[in-house]
Amino acid sequence: MLVRTNYLTKRYAEKDGWLLAPYERDGGYKQAKRALGMSRDDLLVQMKAANIRGRGGAGFPMGVKWGFMPWPPKPEKPHYLVINADEGEPGTFKDRTLMELNPHACIEGCIIGCFGIGAHAAYIYVRDELHLSKERLWAAIKEAKAKGYLGAKPFGIDYPVEVYVHTGAGAYICGEETSLLNSLEGKRGEPRLKPPFPAMVGAFGMPTTVNNLETIAAVPTALEMGGDAFSKLSSIHNLKDGGTRLFGVSGHVKTPGVFEAAVGLTLRELIYDLGGGIDHGELLAVIPGGSSCPLLKPDEIVNAPDEKNPLHPWHGKNALDVPMGVDTYRALGTMLGTCCAIVLSDKADPVLAFQNLMYFYRHESCGQCTPCREGSAWLNRILTRVTNGEAEMAELDRLHEIANNIMGNTICAFGEGTAMPAMGFLKKFRRELEDYVRTGGKSGTGTLAPDYFPPRLPPVGSPGLAPQGAAERAGTKRLPKPAA
Amino acid sequence: MEKTNHGSAHATTAPSAQHGIAERPSAFTLSAKGEQELTDILTRYPNLQAACIPVLHLCQDEHGWVSDEVMAFVAARLALSTAHVKGVVTFYTLFNQHPVGKHQVWVCRTLSCALKGSDAVIAHCEKRLGVKVGHTTKDGKVTLRTAECLASCGTAPMMQVDKEYFENLTLPEVDTILDRLVR
Repeated sequence: MLVRTNYLTKRYAEKDGWLLAPYERDGGYKQAKRALGMSRDDLLVQMKAANIRGRGGAGFPMGVKWGFMPWPPKPEKPHYLVINADEGEPGTFKDRTLMELNPHACIEGCIIGCFGIGAHAAYIYVRDELHLSKERLWAAIKEAKAKGYLGAKPFGIDYPVEVYVHTGAGAYICGEETSLLNSLEGKRGEPRLKPPFPAMVGAFGMPTTVNNLETIAAVPTALEMGGDAFSKLSSIHNLKDGGTRLFGVSGHVKTPGVFEAAVGLTLRELIYDLGGGIDHGELLAVIPGGSSCPLLKPDEIVNAPDEKNPLHPWHGKNALDVPMGVDTYRALGTMLGTCCAIVLSDKADPVLAFQNLMYFYRHESCGQCTPCREGSAWLNRILTRVTNGEAEMAELDRLHEIANNIMGNTICAFGEGTAMPAMGFLKKFRRELEDYVRTGGKSGTGTLAPDYFPPRLPPVGSPGLAPQGAAERAGTKRLPKPAA
Repeated sequence: MEKTNHGSAHATTAPSAQHGIAERPSAFTLSAKGEQELTDILTRYPNLQAACIPVLHLCQDEHGWVSDEVMAFVAARLALSTAHVKGVVTFYTLFNQHPVGKHQVWVCRTLSCALKGSDAVIAHCEKRLGVKVGHTTKDGKVTLRTAECLASCGTAPMMQVDKEYFENLTLPEVDTILDRLVR
């Protein structure tokens, strides 16, 4: 069900809407002040009732995660809050808009988060490429500090909170929480074995909670509305998936961009209502939530005769009409991920898309576990042979075998993140792959970007965050159009 | 060199001596402003090691790339072994292990951008600059590289030039951008 909201995106279109004054005008920092006056138990009750599922991909309930922290905090073991803003999943660009256009919501969330988990310091881990995001976050921290909202006595209450921005240096794997912690500690960003979980041994060996940036930015709104009321904004509140979140859509749609809506939006609404429909041809496939999620095709029908299955209410319906929720999508055999869909039209070549993604995973594997390091390389190598028209039919089965051998055999979820989309492509585009092998690479359209040059820019004033305008507002450079 | 660091295990007056690393003259030094920033960075973390990546960035911004001297400098200042620093430098793609051009051009090649024609942008840049991806122009002005997803998928195709994003690119715009750099 499409319900547009604007809790996080209210000031996106406003000039200088990212500054403190507009944020305070809309009631900013009141919740942080209120939270510091609450008891920790009350705060946790609200947060658990809000049913905020982690927005970074795994979809773990945030309130429950906060509750894992050892309590009360021991003075010799300071707690830390670490915010994951290492946005690198292909197709995902929602956190960047938050940092650039609403950084104060992130900072306010951090203050409440610190109080909720008993921490006095929060680190926001931003990938180094996002220079504007870092700048805006630092500026927001400075503003908040000057007003006395951060520091030794925020709002005059004796609960010191400091927020710092930490940067990576270009590694997708650092979006994995333990790898991020290693990177924060100044080490190579290789994932750690779990257990111990970060709530026991996290940053600097201390109890730590790692939350996605959008998750923490949703906290002030949830607290303001009250956990239960916030959760009920969602149409799949009964599946413990509440609130509102940012949805992104990119690829072959008419109006790509980031949109805020209540949880429970369907993929069809995201593509056709928010994304403006398919540009160039018909819908071929959609990757629902960042590249690690297995793709969905428009002709898939939900098969869930079992009443216990969360998908049962949609039994017999098209998969695109299932609300985008953590549990519904898991039951569908894919993942919700970051809720940022990549849309492929039928003029794009799915085999080339497959190869493009496998190159990405081969490039970004950290190399710690053999199945992932070697497997991702072999997937890419074989697919390059396929796209070059050199592969044999037996090699397609080998792709299956390699992907299967990565699954479950690695320290972190990157392995699954590589193997699952690979198996999705193998299952759903088997015929195209076979045709490719049979014809020596001549069967496909041979391009990912049909008729895209010069790209057609989205119409100005589209319902969502028109990307062109967004870029300008966000301060990124756009050159004047050269004279014809 | 003796920075306060919140009573962690590294808090000694001579951190490099503590780890048994021979003091050696490092040819690289930071500017006064850089030194100030380094001091500021160290206040953010409970130990020295955590400052490794930000300090490497700081040094790279001044030096252009991470040379052996830079690594030795960072190791000495943060009481780390040079092997540790080298391990970090080789892990992350944004640390240049060789001298690079004055300007860095990164063109995103991952799926969302590829669906909007990043291949054409990359080919165009190669032709225009006369170098292949991963190389620097002869005059040392521009290094052309491809990047993996730069979180600009809704505004594809895009490229990053030094610290700025250029989005919704068309080929004439790419020309204008590159012309400015090589001028």
